[in-house]
Amino acid sequence: MTCAQTATPSGPAGADGNLLKGLDYSVLQQCMHCGMCLPACPTYVATLRERSSPRGRIAMMRAIADDRLEVSRTFAEEIYFCLGCLACVSACPAGVDYTTLFEHARAEVERSRVLAAPKRNIIRSLLVNTVFMSRRRLRTMGRAMRLYQRSGLQWLVRRGGLRYLLPRSLRQLEPLAPAISRRFTEAVFCRLYDRRNPPQPRFRVGLLVGCVQDLAFADTNLDTIYVLQQNGCHVAVPRAQECCGSLHAHNGELESARRLARANIDAFVPESLDAIITNAGGCGSHMKRYDHLLADDPDYADRARIWSARVKDIHEFLLEIGFRRPQSPPLQQRVTYHESCHLRHGQQVSAQPREILRSIPGVELVELNRADWCCGSAGIYNITQPEMAMQLLDQKMVDIQATGAHLVASANTGCNIQLECGRHRSGATVMVTHPVTLLAAAYRRETAR
Amino acid sequence: MSRTPQEPQSVSAGVKDLLPRLRSLLGKDRVLTEPEDLSVYAFDGTAMLHELPACVVLPESVDEVSGILSLASEGGVPVVPRGSGSGLSGGSVPSPGCIVLCLVRLNRIEAVDTDNLTMTVQAGVLTQAVADRAVAAGLFYPPDPGSIAISTIGGNVANNSGGLRGLKYGVTRDYVMALQVVLADGQVLETGSQCVKDVAGFGLKDLFIGSEGALGVITGITLRLTPPPASKKTLLALFDRMTDAADSISRIISRQIIPCTLEFLDRVTIECVEGYARIGLPLDCEAIVLMEADGHPAQVAEEAEEMARIASETGAREVRTASSEEEATRLAAARRTAFSALARLAPTVLLEDVTVPRSELARMVKFIQETGERHGVRVGTFGHMGDGNLHPTFLTNEREPEALRRAEQAMREVFTETIRLGGTITGEHGVGLAKKPYLQQQIGPVGMEVMRRLKSTFDPQGILNPGKVFD
Repeated sequence: MTCAQTATPSGPAGADGNLLKGLDYSVLQQCMHCGMCLPACPTYVATLRERSSPRGRIAMMRAIADDRLEVSRTFAEEIYFCLGCLACVSACPAGVDYTTLFEHARAEVERSRVLAAPKRNIIRSLLVNTVFMSRRRLRTMGRAMRLYQRSGLQWLVRRGGLRYLLPRSLRQLEPLAPAISRRFTEAVFCRLYDRRNPPQPRFRVGLLVGCVQDLAFADTNLDTIYVLQQNGCHVAVPRAQECCGSLHAHNGELESARRLARANIDAFVPESLDAIITNAGGCGSHMKRYDHLLADDPDYADRARIWSARVKDIHEFLLEIGFRRPQSPPLQQRVTYHESCHLRHGQQVSAQPREILRSIPGVELVELNRADWCCGSAGIYNITQPEMAMQLLDQKMVDIQATGAHLVASANTGCNIQLECGRHRSGATVMVTHPVTLLAAAYRRETAR
Repeated sequence: MSRTPQEPQSVSAGVKDLLPRLRSLLGKDRVLTEPEDLSVYAFDGTAMLHELPACVVLPESVDEVSGILSLASEGGVPVVPRGSGSGLSGGSVPSPGCIVLCLVRLNRIEAVDTDNLTMTVQAGVLTQAVADRAVAAGLFYPPDPGSIAISTIGGNVANNSGGLRGLKYGVTRDYVMALQVVLADGQVLETGSQCVKDVAGFGLKDLFIGSEGALGVITGITLRLTPPPASKKTLLALFDRMTDAADSISRIISRQIIPCTLEFLDRVTIECVEGYARIGLPLDCEAIVLMEADGHPAQVAEEAEEMARIASETGAREVRTASSEEEATRLAAARRTAFSALARLAPTVLLEDVTVPRSELARMVKFIQETGERHGVRVGTFGHMGDGNLHPTFLTNEREPEALRRAEQAMREVFTETIRLGGTITGEHGVGLAKKPYLQQQIGPVGMEVMRRLKSTFDPQGILNPGKVFD
């Protein structure tokens, strides 16, 4: 059975260097255009235009591979209009590997430079290929941002009218900037948590702290470490780890993504661990694909296979090891759960976070209408396609408010930032949190009793 | 990479003259001519059929549809109507140089009349939305084609779609009370009414049902709804031999039991469906039959018991009962993915919908199996066996001419045998392009002649979906 074939993203390019022509044709052919993906696709539902559907996008890719269509600006814009939410992957009975198609299409758009423009080139080389290639640089940027947020300057910008001095594009971006944590994960880990590691652990695991996750949600990382330790795990936080590279892979920079993947494999040494844990759906979805990404790398292909097999989303891992159900006194909380696309569709992890939430004494889990519908964050989509992103976010906030929940739990950096932004936009009182944060709080209440 | 800002070359001369007028009618955003847009409307759900249109238009009202057809008939330009493009016979694949008239933006549910038990909708409403709206009103819209989640109701009417419940509840035709149709010259015909009985004039409405867009463009439909069944029971029978499964179905029918659903999946299909849906289908048997009884609880219980007994008598290894409504829904939903799931096995999936009298099921199933083996073609078979409607699915690769030739030969033999057994070459997908070569063999020269006369009456210029159904 040649079921759900996956191509190697590092495979050869076509004669003219075209990455879609170089792609294993069976990946393109896997789509039999039945249309089952249409109602699952947020951009198709919003536009009712076939080219903004998964089936349409794949048809264009195949037409390019067949030399029936050029890599044009229209094609490029369409490929960047795709959220990359992978809802089509869950909807597809034929098992089309849309992730590979999507990554190759964006990489081909970058290779052929149809969207090249001075401003775009500078931003991309600065952000994607410089800042996000090094966590050291990211942390420096984070500290500067925290200074901006805490010194009163942000207040002046937001309330004092200073924002009108900013260029329009920056003015739109400013509210999306997450609040930066006081301290980042490793500093606190070394000071407080490392020595709490159990002497005779059930499992040895490594934690990916993430790039933006570490800047904006270091507390979620610490909660993750605490929860793992409460379940008998020895947690390592390798210092040399980098961004997972999903940002790069999903934005047409497959080579940068490969460099980061190799750096992470070297930093974690997957052979020495029972699992590599991530609490962000987007990171996990990509890290599980390092085996595809490095399939043609003679030095890393084998290690990448071990890596991919050992990457676990925190919720998935906790359920697999039979996590300890908290015995804390109940704290009445009405909680709803928003599914990160890459956790739900990229990793097919859907029941586990709900199971964890239900295990917490006092939590009433209220199902969210269209819980698996993208919130519009989609990596940096809310920056590149603000209009569609905000349309999705506003709809998401309406659905969240309809649940009457006090808390919305979600397990992905981008979603949590986006929902936080939605809270401000809509004036909703709902608080944004992570399932693991609620679980950690319940464990902590046990001892406080 | 450069493209002229003018019209792409692919726009045929006939359409080129119409474009400015189409744009002033619809606005330029709803008249698509970029090569990217044309390439994504070049196909439907059928394998291997591909033709670029000259342009695509997306009307939002019946007036706009009427305007488009007036312009098209004036210019003598072919028009191919379509909904979601989920068709399985190539009926909505563009004709050369045509305007694709895509109706998905006509997507309003206009009225649900709970006094008369009807619903009036525009043609582009998804069938699933019709079903959901009926449920919300405490009613039931029975036809449920496998593509219910994506197909439009207009497409269902134009192809007289069937579905899993056809056995007891019939097909789309049985639920159409009235139609609004835009004729080739742009005139708007209203035919039928909300009345249960209506014999005023010829039954024009019925001519358009299943006309595959060749007689007129359906824009509005009034549907008959029914009260929902009071209860349901779903069974799953496991067989070690395909012919036993077919026999058990023939016997259920001959014992005059008409359940809501009798669906069949063979081993190949079961593996694929389970590979996608992961709902715990048995992987070690040759066939499963999904049976659903619905109606009054006492009758449901009796029918279910009788069907289980017949299945056991005809060799079922085991008969399971779905423990909950959710499990039953999961089984039916998984069954609906069968066609797409078979694509896991091969790049090209040729799906047929031959239908035979139900007494001939075992013979037909055996013939399909043997024909596949004789030509070295892998075949997955599933279908609405209670209706005699089978979906033999030939797994091949369009890029391997020799394999493709063998698959097509096997298909031809299956068609011929179907006709010999008194069956039909298409039970629910329509003729379109895919079955056009076999139609004459099915309906004979007189049938063909009458159809040609009808076509020339409704569409004298031959602009509506030309080249489909027959030449």
